[in-house]
Amino acid sequence: MKRHYLLPDISQAGRIGCSLPHLDVPSSELPPEELLRQELGLPEVSEVDLVRYFTALSKLNYGVDTGFYPLGSCTMKYNPKWHEDVAKLPGLTALHPYQSEQSVQGALQLMYRLQEYLAEITGMNATSLVPVAGAHGELAGLLMVKAYHQARGDKARKKILLTDSSHGTNPASAAMCGLETGVVASDARGDLDLKSLESMMNEEVAALTLTMPSTLGLFDPKIAEISQLVHERGGLLGGDGANLNALLGQTKFGELGFDYVQLNLHKTFSTPHGGGGPGSGPVCVKENLIDFLPTPLVTEDNGRYSFMSPPKSIGKMADFYGNFGVMVKAYAYLRSLGPEELKRISEDAVLNANYVKEKLKPHYFLPYDRTCMHEVVFSGKKQKAKGVATVDIAKRLLDYGLHPPTVYFPLIVSEALMTEPTETESKETLDNYIAAMIEIAREAAENPEVLRNAPHNTPVRRLDEARAFRQLDLRWEIDHQKK
Amino acid sequence: MRPKHRQKAHNRERMTGTMPLPYLPHTEADRSAMLREIGVSSIEELFHDIPERFRNAEFSLPPPLSELELKKELRQLAASNSNLDDYACFLGAGSYRHFIPSTVEHIIGRSEFSTAYTPYQAEVSQGTLQSVYEYQSLICQLTGMEVSNAGMYDGSTSAAEAAMMACSVTNRSKVAVLATVNPTYRDVLDTYCRGKNLPLVTLESGSESFPSDCACLIFQQPNFLGYFEQIEAYVQKAHDVGALVIAIVEPISLGMFRPPGDYEVDIAVAEGQPLGIPMSFGGPHLGIFACRKEYVRRMPGRIVGRTVDADGNPGYVMTLVTREQYIRRGRATSNICTSEALMALAAAVYLATLGKRGLKHVAELCYHKAHYAAQAIDKLKGYSLVFPQPFFKEFVIRCPVPPSQINQVLLKRKIIGGLDISHLIDNGMLLCVTEANTKRDIDILVETLGSL
Amino acid sequence: MNPKAYKYTKDHEWLCPEGDNKGKMGLANYAQTQLGDIVFLDLPAPGTQVEQFKKMGEVESVKAVSDLFSPASGKVAEINQKAVDEPKLVNEDPYDAGWLVRLELSSPSELDALMSSDEYDKYEAEASAEGAQ
Repeated sequence: MKRHYLLPDISQAGRIGCSLPHLDVPSSELPPEELLRQELGLPEVSEVDLVRYFTALSKLNYGVDTGFYPLGSCTMKYNPKWHEDVAKLPGLTALHPYQSEQSVQGALQLMYRLQEYLAEITGMNATSLVPVAGAHGELAGLLMVKAYHQARGDKARKKILLTDSSHGTNPASAAMCGLETGVVASDARGDLDLKSLESMMNEEVAALTLTMPSTLGLFDPKIAEISQLVHERGGLLGGDGANLNALLGQTKFGELGFDYVQLNLHKTFSTPHGGGGPGSGPVCVKENLIDFLPTPLVTEDNGRYSFMSPPKSIGKMADFYGNFGVMVKAYAYLRSLGPEELKRISEDAVLNANYVKEKLKPHYFLPYDRTCMHEVVFSGKKQKAKGVATVDIAKRLLDYGLHPPTVYFPLIVSEALMTEPTETESKETLDNYIAAMIEIAREAAENPEVLRNAPHNTPVRRLDEARAFRQLDLRWEIDHQKK
Repeated sequence: MRPKHRQKAHNRERMTGTMPLPYLPHTEADRSAMLREIGVSSIEELFHDIPERFRNAEFSLPPPLSELELKKELRQLAASNSNLDDYACFLGAGSYRHFIPSTVEHIIGRSEFSTAYTPYQAEVSQGTLQSVYEYQSLICQLTGMEVSNAGMYDGSTSAAEAAMMACSVTNRSKVAVLATVNPTYRDVLDTYCRGKNLPLVTLESGSESFPSDCACLIFQQPNFLGYFEQIEAYVQKAHDVGALVIAIVEPISLGMFRPPGDYEVDIAVAEGQPLGIPMSFGGPHLGIFACRKEYVRRMPGRIVGRTVDADGNPGYVMTLVTREQYIRRGRATSNICTSEALMALAAAVYLATLGKRGLKHVAELCYHKAHYAAQAIDKLKGYSLVFPQPFFKEFVIRCPVPPSQINQVLLKRKIIGGLDISHLIDNGMLLCVTEANTKRDIDILVETLGSL
Repeated sequence: MNPKAYKYTKDHEWLCPEGDNKGKMGLANYAQTQLGDIVFLDLPAPGTQVEQFKKMGEVESVKAVSDLFSPASGKVAEINQKAVDEPKLVNEDPYDAGWLVRLELSSPSELDALMSSDEYDKYEAEASAEGAQ
């Protein structure tokens, strides 16, 4: 790459990156001076320089299209190209959210069908597509839990139970609902500790939220007992559906006893993750929570589609109706699959994870040695004992041209390496990854220095995060600009 | 809400066994070899932790379509919508039709950007990270604020998160919002505030005093009805009692109008959709969130900082991550994780493409065209401009008949009229005019309105 | 080396009695090593009343947040502004320049509940062994 530069470095007064229309109406009197802006410090860049700049930046990135991306819990499956094409149809993008319902029947029909398909896949009764991300869907779920208990006059239930392996968003979402959290321990197998739940599940508990399968990539066979205990004691069972990919076409959240589940369309239903979004986090519910769903829902009557608001809705959660652009891609994906195909997806996802598990087990510590679902969590503690941290293993993988797994999560596994291969990866791709991981384990034993200094051949070397924190530099300043 | 009937599960033989599924690269030989390595005889066995009675659920879904069939179906479905490229659109109220230069789509369409995720591995994510640094810088330049995060969901949730942040900074629990703020934003604020048990107070524009126990004052500039609030004195009152001041602004207007950094605002939020993002029936959009530097540690969302690598070369990382849910869990500044990163990239490319002159020019086009339209409508018999205050691209007219009737007539002439706000203002319609409306569009609108 | 004259808590903090019922506290070397590069200190304002073993602040490293507990009850007399401005002092010199809070002790007998340096050396060794397992 060329020397490092930023937009102000390619800015010259008088340049612009596109053509703009001329004023075709008589100009009006300007507003009072005190409302007007004096100075606007934006760069002035030509189209060619702009395109080259961002193209150069894109080449410093690693995406699913670049290579294997086994980032656990994120389901980085390949995103078919034609989904992108259909999502760009003007009849799906050039739509104003406040157009009359009669002028957007196609869009409403797509949303209605997606609501239906998601409810069917999860075994639930209704879906709201409003939440725009997983954490937003979690928030929706917990707000419904709160409203549900309040509507029944049960005001004492102010606590959410979650497991010690849960995503950080779970307790953070509870805090946004003004709910306390209690942490249920995991047992030696990595499942929820039923005794711990038994002792905590009292009349103050509004719900237990579970990731299913768990962030350890494990399916808890005691799910029926858990559900029964929670419900007997007046609580609800909420699902974090981040790992739905493992269950597609196999089983249904509704049948497992969940009252609601929040999905991540960008994970399970194959929409590109965009460098951190946009996502889509619909929430699917059983009968008991339908009235509380975030507004609006799409309903159908004699082939006419319209928006409606559930009677006791927790309210609006976003500007409009959710991330429609993401829904279109997820719809395209889903519509290309029937029950049999859905099942084959989860089968290969689980097959791939177990294959990686078996092949790497001799080389990395496996804290829960049992059949896993769509992802496998190793610990780097064998290597840590030799002075090589998990972060060093991750950075060394970059030298092999591979994206590392999720590291240091879940928190209950020390030096965690959480690998989610997904079903879109071939055996050759997995074998290549496995070979790299084995080679790295050998290096950790024989030449740890090479790991501690990794990566060696990435666009930048390891970055000084402490410096970024201590000497905050979050923007260029206007004086960075050339005259 | 629920299906009235479901299609029968399709015949499995239709695809299985005849054609492989393109999403799955394994051959049957691969699968057998892998099962052997794992030491099980069938894939079924890998699912043994799922109790038998929950297995083999019935899934009632329509038969799968191929790429060819589905493209056709979606084209038909898209064609049944009135796509605004074929209409003259005067609808705004939170989502806007603006010109999007082709640079935006081409750059965000590069799959190195679009198929990456959150840049946890900075060494192979410099493209995302450096463009977020550009985005943060451009937003600071645009708003006149000191720091920006990497973007939030949308305008309304940004306003709600700003209210939460103000409560945390001031240790207070009451939120005050002006009545002229977009009703949808106030609805979303209400949802978030009820969630966290924070009382929400709605204040009339032009109130004399500001309640001393409130954490913040939230106002919109220009407001939902399009005109600029006279806000300085009120901002002072809020500050005098120790409240933070939160402005909801419109990013295109900042090409021409004073930025929030110029009028003592503590947190500025905005709907970023006008900056190069299609309306997409309401999402994905983008939440802009910027504040004073002293509050940066209380900010929600991701923040990227510049640093150096082991060789001393410049590079970028996510920073201040101890604010975030994946580290601080229940005590994080927000639960936000996945946001609208690609839309923030679109906004950065848009701002860089237009630049200093371009954005000012677009803002001026909106201003003059909106005023041209407003003046012409105001002259029509039976119509009047409701508010005399200065406005940018949106304004309210009073119509002689209910706006819903007018919009029906307009639709037939391939015009999408304004938002019916007759529940707020008698026969009121909120119109929006941008650079995407030609003089001809406006003249036809005026002529049609006059003919009613 | 953990200083002999200091007293230690199970949370890997130290207290150095200074006479006049005062004492300085800070993080033990083990704690700063575990945290890694410390980037931010959230210390209680002088005058704040604190209770033994109760949370009184936070220490942040690049990727972790750790609660700071008071090794004894009393009032915050002074905080180490130098360390607040330059948190890496806590990494570089945890027992001296990187001290955190000076306390006016309200019940000096509480110090009996703390570990001596010999006891702490053993405790630290156990903690290190556990971490390496």
